[in-house]
Amino acid sequence: MAQLSLNHLSKSFGAGRPAVNDLSLTIRDGGFLALLGPSGCGKTTVLRMIAGFEQPTGGSIRLGERVLADEKSFIPPEARNMAMVFQSYALWPHMTVAENVGYPLKVRGIGGDARSRKVREALASVRLEDYADRRPAALSGGQRQRVALARCLVTEPDVVLLDEPLANLDRHLRQEMEETFREFHRRSGATMVYVTHDQSEAMALATDVAIMSEGKLLQVGAPEAIYAEPEGRVVGSLIGQGAILSLPIFPSSPRRLDWLSLSHALRPVMQPHPDVRTADVLIRPQDVELAPEGIQAKVETSLYEGERYALRLTLSDGQMLRAFSRLPVRVGELVRVRIGSGWRL
Amino acid sequence: MLSRFSGNSQPRWLFPFVVLCLFLLSVLPLGRLALTGLQSLVKGGNHQILLEPSLWLAVWNTLITSLWGTVISVLIGGSFAFLLTLFNVRGRGVLAFLFMLPMMIPPQVTALSWIGMTGPSSTLLKAIGLAPPLGSPQPLYSLGGIALLYGVQNAPLVYLALRASLLSIPRDGVEAARLSGASPRQVLSHIIFPLVMPGLIAGAAISFVSCVGNFGIPAILGIPASIYTLTTLVYSKFASFGASTFGDISILSGLIAVLSILGLLVEERMLRGRDFRVLGLSGPTAAFQLGRLRVPVGILLWIVMAAILFLPLLALVASSLAPAYGVPLTMKTVTFRAYEEIIFRQAITRTAFQNSLLLSSLAALILLCISVPVCYFVVRSGRRVATLVSGLADIPHALPGIVIAVAFILLCAGPLPLVGVTIYGTLWIILLAYCSAFLSVSLRPVVSAFRQLDPSLEEAARLAGAGFIRRMIDILMPLMAPACGASVILVFLIASHELTVSALLWSAGTQTLGVAIYNLDDSGSFNLASALSVLVVVMVIAVMAVLELVADRLPKGVVPWRS
Repeated sequence: MAQLSLNHLSKSFGAGRPAVNDLSLTIRDGGFLALLGPSGCGKTTVLRMIAGFEQPTGGSIRLGERVLADEKSFIPPEARNMAMVFQSYALWPHMTVAENVGYPLKVRGIGGDARSRKVREALASVRLEDYADRRPAALSGGQRQRVALARCLVTEPDVVLLDEPLANLDRHLRQEMEETFREFHRRSGATMVYVTHDQSEAMALATDVAIMSEGKLLQVGAPEAIYAEPEGRVVGSLIGQGAILSLPIFPSSPRRLDWLSLSHALRPVMQPHPDVRTADVLIRPQDVELAPEGIQAKVETSLYEGERYALRLTLSDGQMLRAFSRLPVRVGELVRVRIGSGWRL
Repeated sequence: MLSRFSGNSQPRWLFPFVVLCLFLLSVLPLGRLALTGLQSLVKGGNHQILLEPSLWLAVWNTLITSLWGTVISVLIGGSFAFLLTLFNVRGRGVLAFLFMLPMMIPPQVTALSWIGMTGPSSTLLKAIGLAPPLGSPQPLYSLGGIALLYGVQNAPLVYLALRASLLSIPRDGVEAARLSGASPRQVLSHIIFPLVMPGLIAGAAISFVSCVGNFGIPAILGIPASIYTLTTLVYSKFASFGASTFGDISILSGLIAVLSILGLLVEERMLRGRDFRVLGLSGPTAAFQLGRLRVPVGILLWIVMAAILFLPLLALVASSLAPAYGVPLTMKTVTFRAYEEIIFRQAITRTAFQNSLLLSSLAALILLCISVPVCYFVVRSGRRVATLVSGLADIPHALPGIVIAVAFILLCAGPLPLVGVTIYGTLWIILLAYCSAFLSVSLRPVVSAFRQLDPSLEEAARLAGAGFIRRMIDILMPLMAPACGASVILVFLIASHELTVSALLWSAGTQTLGVAIYNLDDSGSFNLASALSVLVVVMVIAVMAVLELVADRLPKGVVPWRS
């Protein structure tokens, strides 16, 4: 197997802003990449170009040494040795579960015992051996999803694509399926690309997360790195529930800011230092605590979430901040908060 | 190179195939017709035909009968649609199915059955002693008679169009109006009526175009009284074949096409500004209660149904059982001789049966082979290309059958280029014209089923490694099989008894069922014509019943009389 690389990939549908704009990305062999972004950001178009359902209008897609698509050549999806789990599962209603799973083998001319053995193995890996002779219509949503997964598993594809596969499932089933996906990835060792707009899903599943917005790739990295050190305002506001403050900061100061430098920046100064520049600073609510030595803020809303209260505060200069509190706080009350940590975007 | 260089799922032969089919079945014949029409106007001496009073009389007759026919069809079809869709009438399902029958019964059979019901020689009236005295005129041999039968024949078209609008009315909209304090009557006039106006207008336009192109009714009711509409004028010009015939009939067909298009333009004009996108929950609107009126309304509907369907059909059966036209039917005179005659003795009717069954099944199968690839192309291409392709496929069906027949006569009068064979006068020209005229009948159910298919089903098969033909056979065809079946049955149903196309194209040995009925009546064998009509009606009802039985398993929109 080999790594999948997208080089300066673009796609535009007629006039207007291109759906995908000059996107370059390399997915290491056996990696599990989540493409994360708001709806309409072009992530599904990227997935469909990798599958071969859309032709790029610029750039190229390679799998190892093999060119899947560029200006001169295009390999149709039939010949790409990929598999995909669709949002709607795309099970063929006129075939049984076993026939659905075995179809890619049938097309490849594999028949008889070899096929039925592989189908049985694939169904066993998603714990659906007993359902082989049922029709998809007789299965529940989660079972259909697992049949779709088994169909991907059966041919040992180079790349497995997943297009918002959990969007149609309820919350309880999602957690179960996330576990199935992780296991599937571990077992198959295939390169996986997973499209979602749900960040907790992306964080929980993937080894790498790529953030897209308006057709552009903003940041790629391990989930922890993206969460801790997002690049730029857009990623900062997409990941986690942080608030972004505009604060006067020395450009030479480190990007991770502690309470000392933050409290400095938050205190109004008559004569700002000439080197100070206004910068965007991301403050996560778990880094904000109610403390007497903190700065003053007014409680705008207080929402009981069960284990804690989620607060929306305004600082004296009108900027908004999020915080958590274990004790009830009244709306309109003046509190003092200490910000333990901030990240310069 | 289409398939190599794009993510397009279409094989590279598909586009040329679609272009070729549409060219042969739509562009070429209609282009030829337009060309001959223009040429004979400009160069040939055919422009005198435009000065003939008989032509303008025919135009007037066509317009006046079509307009009144449309009014009648709107009245009958409209009230049935309202009452059967919105109100709690007893036996709605049965009434709705029966109401569709006139649409599928061939027009010449409708005309024959009504003649059998009225007038001095009516077997039915004689049997109950109510016939007018001999020598009094047959009231249906008149413009009024033609208009009345147009109205009856086309009422189902209005019913269908209006019913579709009625069913798409948002239920929550009606409920909101009721909560705002509107009485049922106010809901009807303030909410429902404005919302279904587009459906009513569309239904009226379809009915008008269908009237303009109708041949069977004016042929049987008009020609004996020397009342000509444009379609029957084309027929009579063609019967008295002369040097100027081709030019004349192409101009006449052009006029028919212009009238049809005018009707559609008026429709578009009236629909402008009425594009109500219906939002929200649509569904069977909560039935209005008729209360005390429920029984009387039910009885009234059944009476109308009896007048437009049962009595004419009863008269038809009576005429077919009488020993000769005008002889009273009693228990003693009842005879099945007419059936014996047409089934066992008359070679002509046997040939007609064979021809029609052969032509309609061949046309249905050939069209299926064309429709499936064309449908794939339409659904998988961009919106603009799809609109163009389906438009080209629809035109020959929207135009009256007689126009299509003339177009193919002009196209195939001489030997075909390259092969040097003349198909004029053979079954093949009729088959070709059927394929052109009924392409859209065949295409529509397949397209509406294919559109409802999740595209990812095919994409999953592509990733599984299946090529185009393989996907077609393994995935798409099994999923579309019900719609394909419906498409075949529909084309068969319509082609097996049609008259308008074959009336001009038949010759000795290639007559169809429709032609045979018309010729039998024309030569005075009314009882034989009736017997043959009864058989055709039985066949139509049987085929429709089959479709009705399987309709619940078919995708939405596949069976045209179910919305």
